[in-house]
Amino acid sequence: MDSTAAPQTMTAPARIAGLPPAFYRVGAFVISLILVALIILISGASPVTVIGSMVSGAFGNADQIGRVIATLSPLLLCAAGLVYTFNAGLYNLGVEGQITFGAIAATWVLRLLYPEGATASLLPPPLAIALAVVVGGVGGVLWGLLAGALHVYGRISEIFAGLGLNFAATGIAIYLIFGPWKRPGVASLSGTQPFDESLWLGTFGKTEATPVALALGLIALIVTIVVMRNTYFGLRLRAVGRNLRAAYVLGVPARRQLLSAFFICGLFAGIAGALQVVGVFHRLIPNISSNLGFLGLLVVMLVNFDPLWILPVAFFFSALNVGSLQLPLSLGLESSLSGVIQGLLVLFALLGRGLAQKYGRKPEG
Amino acid sequence: MESAQLLIILATAIASATPLVFACIGETITERAGVINLSAEGTVMLCAMVGFVAAKTADNVWLGFVAAAIVGALIALVVAYGAITLKQSQIAIGFVLALLCSDLSAYLGNPYVRIPGPTVPPRFPIPILQDIPLIGPLFFREGDILVYAGYVLIAVTWFYFYRTRGGLTLRAIGEQPAAAFARGHNVIALRYIYTLIGGALMGIAGAAFSLDFKAGWSYRHTAGYGWIALAIVIFGGWNPLRAALGAYLFGMLQSLASVAQSAIPDVPTQVFTVAPFVLMILVLVLTSGDWLDRLLSYLPVNARRSLSRALRTAPPAALGRPFEQD
Repeated sequence: MDSTAAPQTMTAPARIAGLPPAFYRVGAFVISLILVALIILISGASPVTVIGSMVSGAFGNADQIGRVIATLSPLLLCAAGLVYTFNAGLYNLGVEGQITFGAIAATWVLRLLYPEGATASLLPPPLAIALAVVVGGVGGVLWGLLAGALHVYGRISEIFAGLGLNFAATGIAIYLIFGPWKRPGVASLSGTQPFDESLWLGTFGKTEATPVALALGLIALIVTIVVMRNTYFGLRLRAVGRNLRAAYVLGVPARRQLLSAFFICGLFAGIAGALQVVGVFHRLIPNISSNLGFLGLLVVMLVNFDPLWILPVAFFFSALNVGSLQLPLSLGLESSLSGVIQGLLVLFALLGRGLAQKYGRKPEG
Repeated sequence: MESAQLLIILATAIASATPLVFACIGETITERAGVINLSAEGTVMLCAMVGFVAAKTADNVWLGFVAAAIVGALIALVVAYGAITLKQSQIAIGFVLALLCSDLSAYLGNPYVRIPGPTVPPRFPIPILQDIPLIGPLFFREGDILVYAGYVLIAVTWFYFYRTRGGLTLRAIGEQPAAAFARGHNVIALRYIYTLIGGALMGIAGAAFSLDFKAGWSYRHTAGYGWIALAIVIFGGWNPLRAALGAYLFGMLQSLASVAQSAIPDVPTQVFTVAPFVLMILVLVLTSGDWLDRLLSYLPVNARRSLSRALRTAPPAALGRPFEQD
């Protein structure tokens, strides 16, 4: 608050006396862990018990490990997609809506092929599922490009275009669930009529994890790593993200580059939405995205937009999510603790990065 | 519909928009100083929880508001430190705080879900003002003390912005921080102060929900309102009067939705709770951006100029950019 000192004296001495940058990053990480412990203590529980309960909730048995993988797969898709928009300098908060609209599109195509009660159709179930995933991807692309067009041609902040489209996608989903696609009998928040079991994506044993979803998530991640590290496209994307005007002046088709980032992110998010329908919920529910899009944003921010580190972080975050589901049952605590931990980790990573840049010793000496 | 009935609906809409007025004015002050506090969604929600719990524990409504304002200012302090001092992305820090504070409110507020608590004392009309035709029933009959506080806040903020030296400086540090600095203003300290004031107002907005207009606490009690407040600030063109107008417009959209709900029974009720949010963003999309300029370019020059001054809304030039003093 009292920054009334002369401007020169504010930063110069700090740099000379600075500790190695890593000190600030590790220090910020430790503070975030202390805060997590404090918050658990405030809620009247013991941090050790809570962490123990979360670990056993995430890895206690095959079902729970399966659920971690079932959470990880769409999270990988979203995080991989968000690497493109982040590197293009965009905050694609619309990713939630892109998941939701992908799920809506996938449900639409499955309902078209297999109307309620029908067990046979033009397309056999495996092909119908594949088509649903493709159509889900197309739905996500539509929603992503809509946000992109509003941003690129309408000059509307992508943040608000995205948020508005999130509200809109949720509105459409709710309308369909309570209106035209309502369950025979009573419409309810529990979603549309579940699909016939033949239309469910196969799983590892009896768990919730599906090999197809995991494979798609890993493929998306690997493709993204290769594209960002080894292609001209990835380089141009970063150029646009670093300095839009300079990139444009140097001949990078900036508009097309921004729109392709929205396209790819929408595609991955839409596929994730479709997989939520055919792999996890087997129907359309109002909160079909399960906030995985926002979680993806946190993951990519934590790894500083570098796709190489997404897999371990996304796995850890998925384990937190699944592990926290145990808390209401075992300790009577709210499961939002996972979000608190994730948020604190990312917040302090950002602050630690800032501290290291401001006060850390510069490499050259 | 009878006009008396319409008046009641409008008056309710105006009163129920009061928490949003606080949040929008708070964010407008912050952004006018050049800082984006994107944490509004989390700030409003966490402060709604803190305000409710503090008021219940102390058995005093007003202490709830004080606690909420303090927490709101503390969250803003994190934004200010990260954005102004550490020069990190304001969007990133604000967004993380929005998610973090929402989850924190759900986690820590869990024992307080759906229990009775103190509320702001009953509504009282203002004797002479309520008898003014039209204006009386619209603004002064329905409202409680917070509604009036909202009016005062709008007026005071407008006066401060455009009629005082301090307001001139506030606008300068958001538009031309280097020039303001050259004239001897401490840009960094002022940005801190206005960000904290804005955060405190957003905190009060949260408490206004949980202690009055949406009394009580439940899981994600104020979901969506923080995001819509951010949108309304843009819709309001960073002007406190127009931002307040946007908040009242949103209140009316919500009332309209509840009226339409009974008029169109075919459409499920849940759609009408989401619709105002979609409509508000749509209005934002239509009023900002390039379309307006393109439309205006078809008009004769003199009409174009006055219309564009009335409608065009440019953000503060230095919004979201850290200030380099050296």
